[in-house]
Amino acid sequence: MKLNIAALLCSVSLLANLPAHATLNVFATVPEWGALAHEIGGDKLKVFVATNALQDPHHVEAKPSLITRARNADLVIATGAELEIGWLPVVLRESGNSRVMPGQPGYFEAAQQVRMLEIPQRLDRADGDVHAGGNPHIQTDARSFLPVGRSLAQRLAELDPANAAAYQAGYKAFADKWQAALVRWEKQAAPLRGMPVAVQHKAFVYLTDWLGLKEVATLEPKPGVDPSAAYLSRLAAQFAAKDGNAPKLVLRSVYNSPRAADWISEKSGVPVVILPFTVGGSERARDLFGLFDDTVERLLKALK
Amino acid sequence: MKTFHTGPLAGLMAMALALPVPAFAAGDAELQSLREELQRIKETYEQRIGALEARLARAESAGSVAPAGGTPNPGVDTRGSTAQGASGSEGAFNPAISLTLGSTYTRLSRDPNRYHIQGFIPGGGEIGPPRRSFGLGESELSISANVDPTLRGTFTTSVAPQGGTVDVEEAHIQTLGQGNGLSLKAGRFLSGIGYLNQQHAHAWHFADAPLAYKAFLDNQFKTDGVQAKWLAPTDVYLELGAEAASGGAFPSSDRNRNGLSVASVFAHVGDDVGNSHSWRGGLSLLSTSPRERPYVDVDSRGAIASNSFSGTSRTWIADLVWKWAPNGNAGETSFSFLGEYLHRRESGQLAFDSASVLIPFESTQSGLFAQGVYKFMPHWRAGYRYDRLDSGTPALRLSAGLSAADFPLLAPARPRRDTLMIDFAASEFSLLRAQLARDRSRAGIVDNQFWLQYVVSLGAHGAHRF
Repeated sequence: MKLNIAALLCSVSLLANLPAHATLNVFATVPEWGALAHEIGGDKLKVFVATNALQDPHHVEAKPSLITRARNADLVIATGAELEIGWLPVVLRESGNSRVMPGQPGYFEAAQQVRMLEIPQRLDRADGDVHAGGNPHIQTDARSFLPVGRSLAQRLAELDPANAAAYQAGYKAFADKWQAALVRWEKQAAPLRGMPVAVQHKAFVYLTDWLGLKEVATLEPKPGVDPSAAYLSRLAAQFAAKDGNAPKLVLRSVYNSPRAADWISEKSGVPVVILPFTVGGSERARDLFGLFDDTVERLLKALK
Repeated sequence: MKTFHTGPLAGLMAMALALPVPAFAAGDAELQSLREELQRIKETYEQRIGALEARLARAESAGSVAPAGGTPNPGVDTRGSTAQGASGSEGAFNPAISLTLGSTYTRLSRDPNRYHIQGFIPGGGEIGPPRRSFGLGESELSISANVDPTLRGTFTTSVAPQGGTVDVEEAHIQTLGQGNGLSLKAGRFLSGIGYLNQQHAHAWHFADAPLAYKAFLDNQFKTDGVQAKWLAPTDVYLELGAEAASGGAFPSSDRNRNGLSVASVFAHVGDDVGNSHSWRGGLSLLSTSPRERPYVDVDSRGAIASNSFSGTSRTWIADLVWKWAPNGNAGETSFSFLGEYLHRRESGQLAFDSASVLIPFESTQSGLFAQGVYKFMPHWRAGYRYDRLDSGTPALRLSAGLSAADFPLLAPARPRRDTLMIDFAASEFSLLRAQLARDRSRAGIVDNQFWLQYVVSLGAHGAHRF
């Protein structure tokens, strides 16, 4: 009993000691923006990440836990470009939180900050999971984190003026480190330039654009559509041909089903590289730096 | 440097700017290598800046024309821009439109026109299986958009296959982030009671409603009124809601009076357990006082009797949904469990055969269903649903020579149903389902029902509700 009272008193005093300025609650839809927010805001932010690296961010449900976190959020960081279209609009509407509605300062879209690729010229579901705003997987190009980070720091400063300088300094420190890392990654990845690769889902267009890989085939005949056995057999024959256009690697993200990639790899002898895709996607991808250290390393290792 | 009056800090900052490499104590050799590294970085930067400038120049001269190269995907502009260019036309403000189409093929061992649930006063809706052989399901058109910065409007209409009656399923406005977790809705909407009730029927895992929903809510409870919901500022999901509405929909009735005829309250709690599990539970109460809610029975002489109920009707619903997917990734495999228990107490008067006799009436009825749906491989799901109802024995204070045989629909029963289903979703937008049910809703009669069904949706992307 004594112990309980002590514990109670302790927790009450802890509550009383909370700073008047509570930390900013950030709701990031995917781990990469959560990690970026953490780089910039550090302990000024309390970051909640709605999905993990093993989840396909398209196919998430508006779970109660997400709705309640959005309700208490000061800032929602989404990728945008329809990546979260199936669930984020519901989560935001159900949250009853006016601060994070699209159009409000508390709603931030990363895709608005970068150059989008693969903007479809025609919109038709017969083409599979196409996104009107372009391919939403912008985080596979490490360069994206600079413009996104800069805008994010501004937004954080706007929402929390008291800590504006800290956010700017946080971004500055991150950007400096990131610039150096970019140089390092690009130097390391130089041997990959021009290398033909196959991808499982069209999720790596920004990566291939950045590192100069040449995407020559996708295992999904159309985005989001699983390949048939006949289609895979045809691809396997192409891959095995070993001419100039045969891919040297098959790339898939860690949340993709291994079946198609493994099958085709077995048939054609082209190795599969499982890329972490986002923070938490592999043992080493513990933060943004680790994510790209690991991505580049896995590509290089597979090539050997 | 003198022009800056910020002292050594500015100097340090400038150093940090110029040296984007971690500083460390260095010997001569290390310094040398550092210089070389710097030189390399400088060169790389110059290259990068050069490339950027070239790209900028290209972009400026070419406008939005896509240069060659990039991915070998025709019809896709690989050189995009950040702005998702808003078009200047009026059409740019068109609301999101989606259309759900469905169709069934059924084989029923019993006549669907004589379908009823023994022991339960029918609500008058079409709760039986669809007609035999091929049949068009309801086509549902949904239109929604934000009205202005504060409101969102939704309109859903369904067109019944026979007779072409157009029904307004939902037509409501709701607030867009009222703030403090509050949201308000007004118009016609699917009530927030229970779990399945607020989902559209085409989003259900089975082709038809659970028996308990058919018996207690006449398939689904939707009403005209207002709803207020409040989400608690806690880490655990806690939602409280209340609705006030006019009568009309079973178990209420049209009362032609000012004020409210239906009140409901509900509370939902939910959370995650680890990465792989999430759940939501709820408790709801639907309270109404119907007046002359009509139903048709056959009396002991075989004549059709138009009866009606007046009194109070109170329905409690407890619901629990539990979903599992390894690491939250339902792409390969997942499982969901849903169970709901409904309990209704009605007391008042039964008017026998167009109110020729009034009989005091009281009944306590309950029903439950439990279903499990397992995604055993990508695109494929299989499920089982168990339904049971207990009509209880109604307390009828009979008079005027009437006997229980004059109310055959109210004869106590314990309807049961077992349902199996398997479905295939080629994409997020289409579904093909086969369902087999052994329905014992009618006393002593077993109805074996086989359904084949497709449901597709086109237009705006649907929501992945939990």
